[in-house]
Amino acid sequence: MLDQSADGAFVEFERVQKSYDGETLVVKDLNLSMPRGEFLTMLGPSGSGKTTCLMMLAGFETATHGDIRLAGKPINNIPPHKRGIGMVFQNYALFPHMTVAENLSFPLEVRGMSASEREGKIKRALDMVQMGAFGGRRPAQLSGGQQQRVALARALVFEPELVLMDEPLGALDKQLREHMQFEITRLAHELGITTVYVTHDQTEALTMSDRVAVFDDGRIQQLAPPDELYEAPQNSFVAQFIGENNTLEGVVAELKDGIAMVKLDGSDAVIEAKAVNVDKVGDRTRVSIRPERVETNPDRLQDNAHTLQAEVLEFIYMGDIYRTRLKVAGNENFVVKTRNAPDVARMTPGQTVQIGWLPEDCRALDA
Amino acid sequence: MSDVPAATPQDETDAAGRLVAADGTPLKRSLARALRRQKLRALLLIAPLLLFILLTFIAPIADMLFRSVENDIVSRTLPETVETLGEWDYSSGELPDDAAYLALYRDLSVATEYKTHTRLGSRLNYETSGISSLFRKTGRGVEDMGELYQDQFEDLDAAWKEPETWARMMASEEWLAAEDRAATPLELRDGIAGALPNTARAYEQFAEFTQNEDGDDPAEEDPWAYVYAMLWLDLTGPVQMDAYQGPDAALLEAAAEAAPGFESQTWRAGFADIDNDWEDVEVWGTIKAYSGEFTSGYFLNSVDLQLTPEGIEKQDENQRIYLKLFWRTIVMSLAITFSCILLGYPVAWLLANLPMRVSNVLMILVLLPFWTSLLVRTSAWKVLLQQQGVINDILVWIGLISDANRLVMINNVTGTIIAMTHILLPFMILPMYSVMQTIPPSYLRAAKSLGATNWVAFWRVYFPQSVPGIGAGSILVFILAIGYYITPELVGGTKGVFISNRIAYHISTSLNWGLAAALGTILLAAVLLLYWAYDKIVGIDNVKLG
Repeated sequence: MLDQSADGAFVEFERVQKSYDGETLVVKDLNLSMPRGEFLTMLGPSGSGKTTCLMMLAGFETATHGDIRLAGKPINNIPPHKRGIGMVFQNYALFPHMTVAENLSFPLEVRGMSASEREGKIKRALDMVQMGAFGGRRPAQLSGGQQQRVALARALVFEPELVLMDEPLGALDKQLREHMQFEITRLAHELGITTVYVTHDQTEALTMSDRVAVFDDGRIQQLAPPDELYEAPQNSFVAQFIGENNTLEGVVAELKDGIAMVKLDGSDAVIEAKAVNVDKVGDRTRVSIRPERVETNPDRLQDNAHTLQAEVLEFIYMGDIYRTRLKVAGNENFVVKTRNAPDVARMTPGQTVQIGWLPEDCRALDA
Repeated sequence: MSDVPAATPQDETDAAGRLVAADGTPLKRSLARALRRQKLRALLLIAPLLLFILLTFIAPIADMLFRSVENDIVSRTLPETVETLGEWDYSSGELPDDAAYLALYRDLSVATEYKTHTRLGSRLNYETSGISSLFRKTGRGVEDMGELYQDQFEDLDAAWKEPETWARMMASEEWLAAEDRAATPLELRDGIAGALPNTARAYEQFAEFTQNEDGDDPAEEDPWAYVYAMLWLDLTGPVQMDAYQGPDAALLEAAAEAAPGFESQTWRAGFADIDNDWEDVEVWGTIKAYSGEFTSGYFLNSVDLQLTPEGIEKQDENQRIYLKLFWRTIVMSLAITFSCILLGYPVAWLLANLPMRVSNVLMILVLLPFWTSLLVRTSAWKVLLQQQGVINDILVWIGLISDANRLVMINNVTGTIIAMTHILLPFMILPMYSVMQTIPPSYLRAAKSLGATNWVAFWRVYFPQSVPGIGAGSILVFILAIGYYITPELVGGTKGVFISNRIAYHISTSLNWGLAAALGTILLAAVLLLYWAYDKIVGIDNVKLG
């Protein structure tokens, strides 16, 4: 496309820093580039700097250092109303004194559009979110889900190329949230808009996004598609933050061909793990294994699989899966998830079992 | 085995199909009974406040409303005159006949003793100037009218001088024998009221006054000259001496014989001797026009009209002030409200949007005036605004105006508006602030993200949501301003005073409470009217104090 910069990035953060008080950096050295049409989620705990990044992009905060570029043009000094970025706010921010149709008409009016043109666009936008019949209502007369749809329609009605969403589903109940997640992704892909979505809900991030940027401490810890993020976390923060994770701490005893032998604390066991974030022998490391990748049936383990003794502490029946808490190498919070299937045995507390996993599912990360 | 829920019992209804409670009473009545106790308890809880408000707020207002139309002073002080004037027609242009003068003589004779004639004079003086002094003068002269006859009776027989003679003749034996005659109500002798009706009546009035006002025994006090005059009236009229059987019949008979020969004058001539204003048909017209129990006179005065004997007329040119004052009060209150909005809005916005620490300091500055006496603040404005004051001095010093052309900023409209805007500003800022505080900043951000410039975002999104605060503040400031009194009094001069200053004048100086009440009632009605108009135009639901 013509207006894209040479490297194909539509939204770009280059070495962006942000400080509110001149003493601490809320955003430290942020580099990010998004191609057109991508759905990118900024995920992170509160205070990690993700909302600040969004506000800088929207123009409500200025970057202390660095460049933010939109379609190749630096936008640091462009006021928010000239950026042409659609935005959905956490509490929708629908204007209470205007009807739904007037809310949608507002961005078109300030762009000087004629009444007839506006009418068509408003109708299309409302139909798009299945709110066509509610144009005459006031926001207070709508349910949370309906307000959410209107807010979405309002952010899209003036056909922005970039839409920002700041935890838009936070106030909805679980069922509605799941439904809206689907709606939003469908719309984003149908209309081909570039979306930056901020959330602290990892399920939301994993199910909706093309790529997820995990924020912590003012930095992007990992920027990757959801599956990569879950299966190949680059550091222990990401491993911990995304999904459920078992961590075993230890020291690297041997390191060769990308495989680390880790001597676990609290036991003599040495396990084999993929060296992801360890540099040399003697480094402390955290070994991360996903609960569903742990095998409890020795028959199914491959020959080269590593096994450990474990004591069953707790067994929870959860319907589709069993969740078993084990004591492994001194760690009492080692969780195993097994399918509820006829050939999977239920474990009883007190029992000693043999567990194992494939070395490639086991990642040695930073301590 | 799982529990099976019991079948839902059918709702019970009575013959008329209404729902009934378990004991068979209709559900509605049952509910009302259950709620009655709660309501009663709630009522008891607020009873002290309710009583307080009724006594200190509602009752004075009701009293004020009543005073603005009450007018029984005329019919109470001049009962017989008012009755006699009933048939008299002012528009004939002729004076009422002598019977009216006689009635006036009787009424005034009693009123003078009670000293109520001066109060009546002041009352009627509001309507026709000069009546007050006329009544005071008449009060002094009315005694002489009776003394003319008293002297002749006493010359005829010295017995007429004796109080006992009168008592014997007028009172019953039982009363005369009573132990404490100062406290026992006088009882007339049988037949005396038939023989000497006017005299008996006058003596009764005399006795009542002597007993009630002085606490004396009427049998030991000299009767009023008025009683002698009435005796002469009775004796020269159709005398029915046969009806009189009491003592001193001979004395009375001699008097009856002599009376027609006494020197006498018509009642009208008597009053004309005191003051020839009594031969002015206007005076009588005024008395007649205000003889009713209730009057619209005060209200007419309040709108620069007056009730004259001919009907409702405009006040004299130089006395028309109230409409002008009402108009000025409303216009200036609006100006004050408007300047409060203008000055208060940005401050309220800052209060609502600055960081907590800064806005708290600002809030203290806003509230600071509340901690200073109103008089001090108003006086400070005098110091600042007067011609030799701080502001003028500075303007002269920096050469903006010459020493000869110092600005007149006090004792006029400007001074009142400046000082009152300052004093009422917190009442505008506080409701605005509390409304603005509830407007989340995300609305403005949303508007800007949708492409609105700062001004459009403010005007189309922020401002409409702050209107309820402006409404609440405006109502508060306007209603306070319309009734303000101290500040206009101090800095308003003659051009900047409000209607309330006039009300205060009538309450404390001219003592024309009826007019003050009527002005106050009109002011109250104006406020209610504006409130109603506000409700129609903006909607009272649109007023929020937070």
